[in-house]
Amino acid sequence: MRELFRRQPKFSPTAPGDETRSIPDDLWIKCPKCNELQYSKDAERNLYVCPRCGHHARLSAAQRIDTLVDEGTFIEYDAGLTQSDPLEFVANGEAYRAKAASAGRKTHTNDALVCGTASICGQPVSLAVTEFGFMGASMGSVYGEKLVRAIERAIEGRLGLVTVSSSGGARMHESMFSLMQMAKTTAALAHLGDARLPHLSLLTDPCFGGVTASYATVADVIVAEPGAIIGFAGPRVIEQVTRQKLPEGFQTAEFLLEHGMIDLVVPRAQLPERIGTLLRHFAVQPEPAKSDDADITRSAEPAEALHD
Amino acid sequence: MTEQLNAWDRVQLARNAARPHALDYINELVKDFVELHGDRLFGDDHALIGGIGDFRGRTVVVLGHQKGANTRENIDRNFGMPRPEGYRKALRLIRQAEKFNLPVLTFIDTPAADPGLGSEERGQGNAIAENLIAMAAMRVPAIATVVGEGGSGGALAISIADRILMLENAIYAVASPEACATILWKDAAQAPAAAEILRITAHDLHGFGIADEVIPEPVAAHLQPSATIQRAGDAIERHLRDVEQTIATMGIDTLVATRYAKYRGIGRWVDNGETILRNGTVTNAPNGTEHVTSMQHSGSR
Ligand SMILES: [Zn+2]
Repeated sequence: MRELFRRQPKFSPTAPGDETRSIPDDLWIKCPKCNELQYSKDAERNLYVCPRCGHHARLSAAQRIDTLVDEGTFIEYDAGLTQSDPLEFVANGEAYRAKAASAGRKTHTNDALVCGTASICGQPVSLAVTEFGFMGASMGSVYGEKLVRAIERAIEGRLGLVTVSSSGGARMHESMFSLMQMAKTTAALAHLGDARLPHLSLLTDPCFGGVTASYATVADVIVAEPGAIIGFAGPRVIEQVTRQKLPEGFQTAEFLLEHGMIDLVVPRAQLPERIGTLLRHFAVQPEPAKSDDADITRSAEPAEALHD
Repeated sequence: MTEQLNAWDRVQLARNAARPHALDYINELVKDFVELHGDRLFGDDHALIGGIGDFRGRTVVVLGHQKGANTRENIDRNFGMPRPEGYRKALRLIRQAEKFNLPVLTFIDTPAADPGLGSEERGQGNAIAENLIAMAAMRVPAIATVVGEGGSGGALAISIADRILMLENAIYAVASPEACATILWKDAAQAPAAAEILRITAHDLHGFGIADEVIPEPVAAHLQPSATIQRAGDAIERHLRDVEQTIATMGIDTLVATRYAKYRGIGRWVDNGETILRNGTVTNAPNGTEHVTSMQHSGSR
C-alpha cells in the first residue's frame, strides 16, 4: 500500500542521496478495505480517504504535514539527528545502522519522527509527526530527543504542541534506551504543562505500545482519526495471551471514545479546522506566575496574580 | 559467585518463584506496614500493592509489583501483571505521598503490564502514562529498586525515581526475551539469544548509566532471602539519605530538576547539526557530535 504513496509532497523532509521521485499521475490506488479504485491525484485531493467507505489510509509524515498545516508554513528542525547504535545491535546478519539507513532511504527521513514549527488555521504550533514507514515508528533515542526538543521549542516560543502519533511500539534495537524514551518524553510534558501550554495529541492508525503508554495519552485533548486502531497491547498479543477472540470494533477510535479514553474522533478533512479551533481556545492562557509565590497567589487571586 | 552468569541465567534467577517478592521486602524492611487498597475508580489490583509504613525511622509510601509464590497465588496476583486500576492506585498513593511529604519506595518485579481485554477497555496505556508524568514531577524523593523482573512499560510505570537500584540478578528490559525473539526470529525458543543481545542485566544497565547501583548477590536472592533483603535495605537507605541531603541543602526544586535532568539526558544519538528548511536548504554544517548518557550521580558514596 505504501508503494502507492510515493508522490513527493510539498514539504518533503529531505534525506541525503534523495533524487527525483516523481510519479506518474495516472497511478491507481486501491482501498484496502473496500477495493475501491481511485486515481492517485484524486486520492491526494481526498486526503487519502476512500470516497466510498471512508477508510482513512495511513499517511507518511510528509503527507500528514501536507494535509494538516497551513500551506508553506512548516519548517523542519533537528532533521540531522541519527541513530548511534549503543548496543551494536545485529540480528539475522543485519546491523541496526544498516537497517535504519535503508528505512531512511525508503522514507526520506533520518528517523521515525519529523519535527518542526508550522501554523494550523493560523495558529502557530510546535509539531511532531511520526513516520510509520521508518521501522514502524518505533520510539528510539532520536525520536525521544527530537520530541523533547519540540516540547522545549513550544515552551520557548509559547507555542501549543501538536503531536501526531502512529507507532508499533519500542525500538527493540535500542533496548532500554528505547523504553526510557517513554519516561523522557512524558517528563518533558510536565514542563509544558507548567508553562500552561496545550498539548493536542492526534492518534492515527496504528498506535500501540510505548507511545500509547506515554506522551501520546498525556494530553489536554486527545483526538483520533475514524477507524484508527489504538491500544496498549497489540490485538495478536491479546488474543494469544487471553485465548479470546476480540470483539468487533475492539481498539478502534470509536471504541476508545465510547470508553472515555479520547475526546474526539475527527475525520481527516476536518482536522485542521478542529485543531485550529482548539488551539485558539487554549491560546488565551497567560504565562503562569514564577516559582516561589506561584502556589500562594494561584489560590488567592488567580486571575489577577497571573498577569505579569 | 553469580558474576559469571550469562543473561539467560539471570533471567531464570529473576523469575525464580522462590525469589523474594515485594511483600517479602516490605515485611522485612517496613515496620507497621499498612496496605492500602483500591483506586477509588474501579477496583483493587492485587498485582500492584501499595501502602504506608516506617522504613528505618521515617514514614514512607511503598509501591510494588507482587508475584505469587505458587500457581494459586499467581492467579490471584495475575502473575504480577498490573491492570490499569493497579497503576491508578499507585497514582493515588503518589499523590498521598506528596500531600504528606513522604518519600516513595518502589519494588519492581513484573513480566509486563496486563495485556487483557479489560485492561485495554479501561485505558492501560493512559494509566501507565499518567504515572510517568506524575512521578517525573512529584515533589518528594523516590527510590526504585528492581528486585526481579523489570518488564517493559509495566515496570517503568512505577520506576520513575531519583535513584534506580537493581539487584545483581534482576533484569530490566524493553520487551521480554521471548517477545523479542518472536519479533526478531519468529521463534520464542531463541529467547536466550535475545536476552543476550538486549543487554538487560543489572551490570548492563549500570554500564549504560540507567541503573545507579547494582546491589550484589554473592548468593542468589532465593537462597539467602533475608541477607539479600537487608543488603537492599542498606542500599535504599543510603540513597534515600543522600537524596534527603540534597533536599536539605538545595531544596526540593533542585531534586525535581535533577530528576528531570537525569531522564532528559537518557538516550544516544548522533547530531549531524543540520536544520533542514522546508525548501530542502540545509543550514549549519554537520558536526557529527555524538551524545551519550551522562548521569548526575554515580550512586555510590
Ligand atoms: Zn474504501
